[in-house]
Amino acid sequence: MAWVWFHRFGSPPHFYRLATRLTPWFAWPAALLCAAGLVGGLVLAPPDYQQGDGFRIIYVHAPAAWLSLMVYVVMAASAAVGLIWRMTVAYAVSASCAVIGASFTALALATGMLWGRPMWGTYWEWDPRLTSELLLLFLYLGYLGLRNSIDDIGRADRASAVLAIVGVVNVPIIHYSVVWWNSLHQAPSVMRFGRPTMPAAMLVPLLLMLAGFTAYFVALLLIRSRGELLRRERNARWIADALGARAPGKV
Amino acid sequence: MMKFLAMGGYARYVWPCYLLTALVVGLNIRWALRALRSAQAEARRRTASVKAAS
Repeated sequence: MAWVWFHRFGSPPHFYRLATRLTPWFAWPAALLCAAGLVGGLVLAPPDYQQGDGFRIIYVHAPAAWLSLMVYVVMAASAAVGLIWRMTVAYAVSASCAVIGASFTALALATGMLWGRPMWGTYWEWDPRLTSELLLLFLYLGYLGLRNSIDDIGRADRASAVLAIVGVVNVPIIHYSVVWWNSLHQAPSVMRFGRPTMPAAMLVPLLLMLAGFTAYFVALLLIRSRGELLRRERNARWIADALGARAPGKV
Repeated sequence: MMKFLAMGGYARYVWPCYLLTALVVGLNIRWALRALRSAQAEARRRTASVKAAS
């Protein structure tokens, strides 16, 4: 049974149609979750007893950092599926991740610096968490640079897939860096074993933002994957049907 | 309202973070839609030229 699902999912026309249909089902919940999270985080949550209102940066910093890691895992996992099963859809998904991941990694670093300045007294420190997150940005940029340097899309897919898979070793290093080494950065307060360390009034908006950013990423990924799929299936007959079904210019 | 905007003295750090986030979120939507539209336009040109040739 599982294999039937896998093959259907791997069929480009089926995936294209499914992605088109599913996009609003992620985009709208993303907007609603983020709106609720922003009200909760900026207005309803009480100020922190140590950091005052400065802690509210968490509601954009943590979701950006979460996406930087999650997007990388999706990129590497779909690259592996592409390499193993030679699946076009998987390569299209993998290639769609890089720009999204790179921009949210840069955002996590930038918001982290703006948070570090008032709380730690410095924008930047060569600290394990900050350094490994910077390395993640370079991995994304390396992936994009490698792809851009290869004209043939099939070769670009295979070469960049290897880079993505090798680089996945950095993901647990980033996550556990605050546990393994002495770091300025605080330890995880949500994604940890046992109960989160925050009161509900602070935690709930954060969870809403994390869910909202995740849904937003899925919507972006579905949109981008369709474009990547079209570029890989240039000569397939399903494309005329898929495009003909909708008015020109409409997404 | 002014109290809210002042963010307890952290306005200088909090609001740029939210502004940058809005920028990255907005740009990603724009980039994704643009990438899809250009791929669709390219595919449409191709299917049109294939039809014309046959």
